[in-house]
Amino acid sequence: MSQTDLTMEGHSTGLTVGPAFSFPTKKLAMWLFIIADTMTFAACLIAYGFLRNGTANWPRPFHSITNVALMTFILLTSSLTMLFGLRSAWAGDKAGAFRWIMITASLGIVFALLHIREWIGLIGEGMTLFKNPWGTGLFGASFFSITGLHLTHVTCGVIALIAVGVRYKGGRYNADDIEVLGLYWHFVDLVWMFVVPLVYLLNLAH
Amino acid sequence: MTTAEEHKSNGIGKDLAIYACLLALAGLQFVIAYQNIDAPQMFMRMLVVAVVEAGLAAMFFMHLGAEKRGFLLFVAVFTIFVLLTLQYGWTDSYRMVTGAPFSK
Repeated sequence: MSQTDLTMEGHSTGLTVGPAFSFPTKKLAMWLFIIADTMTFAACLIAYGFLRNGTANWPRPFHSITNVALMTFILLTSSLTMLFGLRSAWAGDKAGAFRWIMITASLGIVFALLHIREWIGLIGEGMTLFKNPWGTGLFGASFFSITGLHLTHVTCGVIALIAVGVRYKGGRYNADDIEVLGLYWHFVDLVWMFVVPLVYLLNLAH
Repeated sequence: MTTAEEHKSNGIGKDLAIYACLLALAGLQFVIAYQNIDAPQMFMRMLVVAVVEAGLAAMFFMHLGAEKRGFLLFVAVFTIFVLLTLQYGWTDSYRMVTGAPFSK
């Protein structure tokens, strides 16, 4: 057996037996994505804090916490239903896992609709990306950027939940795929925990 | 039984307990928002609560606590390091407010 054969055989074995770095490859990829996405959101939120801190007439347009409290409740609950889906998948209950994943997707849709309703309300009050009736125009740009980025993540998550759920039900995906998708969904929830106090609660009109 | 297997076999009771904690902490943030304190103090209190919430979500909902210690350290050290390096601009932000020392 030549050195080349040995190398090729070793290479092939390394690729096919066991996950890279003793860690499931899909899960590792998702964690790396989450770390990168953490940097994106952190950069946005820190830039927002920079602007808010350095601007004298920063608007405080939010008079009610009802909508944002409801959105928070829905997103937190969707994380719980995602966990239930994962536990069902681990237990081999395919129908149960699919049902919980679809419930999670439905909660994500409700969250997105509430978010869009809130945007429409603010736009109706005269807020755009570059101006608003309450103070510096930077508020609209930062608000729509941060919440828009989060809403994009929620929308992508809902699409992924439906796609992965259907494929899991059809037998093409397994519980590991549900776990990887769950990581993404919980991350979206985790980001919201920082968006709410910084973007909403610190801008309540007292 | 490995740590991951132990985690899988845990019932929904733990999930519900963490969920209740997260709801309570989220509620606490709303309570802080109505406290009669100045903005920096309010910001710090909310940030501490958010970090605790994020920690609970990462450790239990995302099962980071059940992963290998090496991976947990990799995620924690890498993320915290980059988050800390992002803080370099605050002094300039305060300079914009006070106009000092460069604008004088």
